[in-house]
Amino acid sequence: MLTTIRDLFRFSLSFRFGSLILLLVAVLIATSFFAPYPPEKRRVVPRKMRGKPPSAEYVLGTTALGQDVFWMLTAGVKNTLIIASIAVVIGRGIGVLLGMISGYLGGAADRIIQSIVESVIVIPRLPLLILVAVILKGELTFVTLGILIGALDWAYPSKRYRAQVLSLRERDFTHTAVFSGMNTVKIVIQEHLPFIIPYMLADVVSGFLFSIGIEVTLSYLGLNDLNSLSLGTMIYWANEWSSIFAGKPWVMIAPVTASIIMVVGFYLVSIGISEYLDPRKRLVRLQAHQADLALELEREGARTPGGAFSASLRKEQDE
Amino acid sequence: MQLLKSYILPRIAQWVVVIFVGVTVTFLIPRFSPINPVDDMIGRMTAFQTIDPQAVVAMRATMEDLYGLDGSLLEQYVAFWQRLLKGDLGPSFQNFPTPVNDFIAAGLPWTVGLLTTTTLISWLLGIFVGSLVGYFQHRRWAQVLERLVIVIYPMPYLITALILLIVFAFYIPLFPMVGGAQGSPALTWQYISSILRFGFLPALSIVIGGFAFRFIMAKALATTEIASDYVQYAELAAVPKRRIVLSYVIRNTMLPHVNDLALSLGAMFEGALIVEVMFGYPGLGSKLFTAISNADYNIIMGITLMSIVGIATGSLIVDLLYPIFDPRVRLR
Repeated sequence: MLTTIRDLFRFSLSFRFGSLILLLVAVLIATSFFAPYPPEKRRVVPRKMRGKPPSAEYVLGTTALGQDVFWMLTAGVKNTLIIASIAVVIGRGIGVLLGMISGYLGGAADRIIQSIVESVIVIPRLPLLILVAVILKGELTFVTLGILIGALDWAYPSKRYRAQVLSLRERDFTHTAVFSGMNTVKIVIQEHLPFIIPYMLADVVSGFLFSIGIEVTLSYLGLNDLNSLSLGTMIYWANEWSSIFAGKPWVMIAPVTASIIMVVGFYLVSIGISEYLDPRKRLVRLQAHQADLALELEREGARTPGGAFSASLRKEQDE
Repeated sequence: MQLLKSYILPRIAQWVVVIFVGVTVTFLIPRFSPINPVDDMIGRMTAFQTIDPQAVVAMRATMEDLYGLDGSLLEQYVAFWQRLLKGDLGPSFQNFPTPVNDFIAAGLPWTVGLLTTTTLISWLLGIFVGSLVGYFQHRRWAQVLERLVIVIYPMPYLITALILLIVFAFYIPLFPMVGGAQGSPALTWQYISSILRFGFLPALSIVIGGFAFRFIMAKALATTEIASDYVQYAELAAVPKRRIVLSYVIRNTMLPHVNDLALSLGAMFEGALIVEVMFGYPGLGSKLFTAISNADYNIIMGITLMSIVGIATGSLIVDLLYPIFDPRVRLR
């Protein structure tokens, strides 16, 4: 694990940038614990400083209701990430479990799970999410919202894990292990997990992308706990109080910019990991100084059909 | 024949099962909503006058009958399928007694028009630019473009739309904020140009998102493809670079793109929702959103049904076409 991360830092520019951004996000979250007052509380800013643009004292400006946008943002980023984490743990958890069961057991179990997955995929996800969120409107908290998003985001991931398992099962080293008498549990844990875990890492990161987007979207439609702060509810209230029309754009700009920076950070990290997963590219990077040789190697490796590309394509289908 | 039996027929059977399960789930979920459409309607009717309680009871029974909400859940479900197979989606609850079919007919041209055009534009643009960047990876312009897409691609659609609205409808008021067109429908330049003007921002927002996704896909495909021997050979034979990209690389990477196009067109009604809500566009998506907030089961059902059939059919077509395009699938 640690060596993987060290290698990622060494070889991937996008991973370096991405983790820098995520570090910044982490610092922002850490500061949220030092907020001088509950950030959603109104009328904490002195009367004559309310609704003012960014200044030395209030870095991101203040709202007309007397809140400090900076402290709102730190809490908002934290809460959005809490929602996204719950969603990712649940969604990808179900996805990994179903995908692995389906891939390893095969036969009837595989067919049953696959038809369930196919049926879930055709149900339009966003309308369904909105529908359930409307039904639960009064009781929505960060936890229920996270569970809800996660509960509807496992079908595509499970298909991808299944595909991974199926391809691992057909690899030569698996056959070698089977013929040399290694038992199944051992093969799965010792031989296959080292391939699946980095893949899972990239998948989890793209899960964050999806969940953050959905959180912002649902909150914008008013389907979240609107009394608490998240990036989505900040955008909702900025829109509700027409901050743009009222000439106070900073109230809107802060959460919008923060969400863009955050998703770009996650995306860069996921690019870094996927590149790392592609062994051809890793070889290329290892020999970056001998460009010609590297090119030769890449062309050599690219002749194996399927491979890394189809995996990355499958990943893209999800978003 | 073997292909028909072992591949095509099971696939069509799966299509039927998938639609059946999807429709059943969408039938059940709205019925858990705390908003009861009958009570809602009666509440609106009795808000400003007192009505004899017995009349209210009679009215409730009549309305449940008209709405298709009488009897147990199972009876409703059976009646629902009987009506559906006759092509009748029932009346709208909120705008009783307008049939849902009329609502769909009114919204359909807007949604299909907007989404088909933008999907095609972003598809073509994404493949073309993405393949070029994949081929000329080390050029400066290619790298600038790639960095740009890396920032655009992960952005949630809502944020893109919001930024476009704020910038191009408020700060630089080039385009209107809400609506689909101005004036009454007629084949005049005035009406058609207003459709284009109102549709521009929603279209742009979809094209941006769709372009970024297809750009990344096309670039990845092209990068793998240019490592092939034939590309190297063509380069050595001094075939013009433009021709290598356009006639060889793009053509050989077309299969996944066709796949993606069919799936995207199938998923059109799902994508329409947030676009139309954001831009106040009068298509099926905004109708679906209003219907969800009002618990108008029949409209939810009707629009979701189209979406389910669209997605299932899109992936059915892809799977059926695959053996024709790619002989390797046939072998398996």
